[in-house]
Amino acid sequence: MKEDKTVTSTPAPTPARLAMRSLRRNRAAMMGLVIVLAFSLAAALAPLLGLPDPYGASLVHALESPSREHPFGRDELGRDLLSRVVYGARISLTLGLIAMAIGGLVGVPVGALSGYYGGRFDLIVQRLVDILLAFPGTLLAIVVVTILGVGLDNVMIAIGIASIPTYVRLARGSVLSVKEIGYVAAARAVGGGDRRIVFRHILPNCLGPLIVQSTFQIATAILWAAGLGFLGLGAQAPTPEWGTMLSRGRLYMRVAPHLTAYPGLAIFAVVLGFNLLGDGLRDALDPRLRKV
Amino acid sequence: MKRLLLAIPVLFGVSVLVFAMIRLIPGCPAVAMAGVHADAEFIEQVRRDLGLDRGLPEQYAMFLGDLLRGDLGRSTFSGRPVLREVAERFPRTAELTLASMGVATAVGVAAGIISATRQYSALDNLGMVAALAGVAMPVFWLGLMLQLLFSVELGWLPATGRGTVTHLILPALTLGAASAGIVARMTRSSMLEVLRQDFIVTARSKGLAERVVVYRHALKNAMIPVVTIVGLQVGTLLGGAVLTETVFAWPGLGRLLVGAILARDYPVIQGGVLLLTVTFVMVNLAVDLFYVYLDPRIRYVSPRGEA
Repeated sequence: MKEDKTVTSTPAPTPARLAMRSLRRNRAAMMGLVIVLAFSLAAALAPLLGLPDPYGASLVHALESPSREHPFGRDELGRDLLSRVVYGARISLTLGLIAMAIGGLVGVPVGALSGYYGGRFDLIVQRLVDILLAFPGTLLAIVVVTILGVGLDNVMIAIGIASIPTYVRLARGSVLSVKEIGYVAAARAVGGGDRRIVFRHILPNCLGPLIVQSTFQIATAILWAAGLGFLGLGAQAPTPEWGTMLSRGRLYMRVAPHLTAYPGLAIFAVVLGFNLLGDGLRDALDPRLRKV
Repeated sequence: MKRLLLAIPVLFGVSVLVFAMIRLIPGCPAVAMAGVHADAEFIEQVRRDLGLDRGLPEQYAMFLGDLLRGDLGRSTFSGRPVLREVAERFPRTAELTLASMGVATAVGVAAGIISATRQYSALDNLGMVAALAGVAMPVFWLGLMLQLLFSVELGWLPATGRGTVTHLILPALTLGAASAGIVARMTRSSMLEVLRQDFIVTARSKGLAERVVVYRHALKNAMIPVVTIVGLQVGTLLGGAVLTETVFAWPGLGRLLVGAILARDYPVIQGGVLLLTVTFVMVNLAVDLFYVYLDPRIRYVSPRGEA
């Protein structure tokens, strides 16, 4: 950093710019970004793509194999599968984002305050998190779905709630690691209130790990929601949700494997995309790895 | 011993949550259980059976008392004691989970070592791409695709059911794949870290064979984070077992649970969730104790030794 300032006349690169530079050089991460962007664009522009109606049944053409007019073929009710997969991207991406937002909006403030104040509040929060983390994997989401009832909205909420403990831990850890740095003491010395210090001074400096986690969290949410859909606990029948489509399609697996192949590939691709991007962001945002 | 004591409040909390579960259902759980078409008398009976007519602390005391005596109530669907229902299926889920844990550990550690000792080689790249793919693959979809390939197309392995060892192969591969990927990545990074350390340089300069350096010196030291990951993966595996069992018609706890959720059979849901969660807690406890064997420097002296 010091050499930079003396040798060049350009301003010292900001951490964000350094991270972007490292991210752009990472081929795997760029591939992830392209996949994520492609799915997001398809999802956002779905109605403008001139696709057939994803709900338009045509029983005469049921289970038709992929053809030029219907590149992914047709499903058990003769609906265009490509169109359903594209509309499925809308559902899955929205769901992933909202579930992530629920987890983050609850988990981060709780974790941050827990780390900042410490003491009894921290102790209670951490024991509660221990209990939630004691539930294996998707089981916590299944418990919440049991309470709220089956359906897409409830799955979104369930997965969001199930991801809260991860955010609490992460935010707490990040806050603990920056809390003792001089600038926080400085902020306190000039009379900053606790809330202002946590949300204006500490949290912005913990953004890196939170961004990384959120990228992975979207992937997890999409994967879990598809799983719950597959079990019949998520989106219900006509909704073009990937997991639900798979569970219908598996009944025709022997005669029409395209019904299971394409929705599965879509889940796989989008989850892979977010994971690649997350890996890249971690490498880019973690200053300990940057020197390597 | 102190680890064991720490698990008690967690288990206590889990029991409160499982208890609270059916009481948090919007509306009256008795109505939800009896069904909308049930008459008032039946609903009242369900309410009384569940003890919902009493105060919450009393209900919880009853729940806990029953629990400690091994009484998990009766299935509202089959009428059989929940304990018997879950006890019958638990070994099957344990069998599947253990088999996939074996797959995940064997494949993951082997791939991780190969990748780490040949960093940036084609083999390393291939392994890490496969690991990433394994993690991103929806477990139920992988199961369906394996069924399509090995049962429908090739006819080598049975697609569904349980019985012989051949029935176990596809479900175990399916369930273990994602964890194998995670274990492989962790083994690789952990091995790379250890291989860079001074004592490895020393071991090499003593003229020890590379094989001895890698397996005797590096591996054991690299295993601690790997063991942690494997322990945490048990949670993923137990959760994923629900999906895998559905795909392969494996008559385990996961399928019981899904059926119970769809049938609103709350006592069975409670029993299943409780059993799976307690198993996970116990496994993590065992993992904590295993560290001491791997690294004698770790001693659980302070009651809050964890970070």
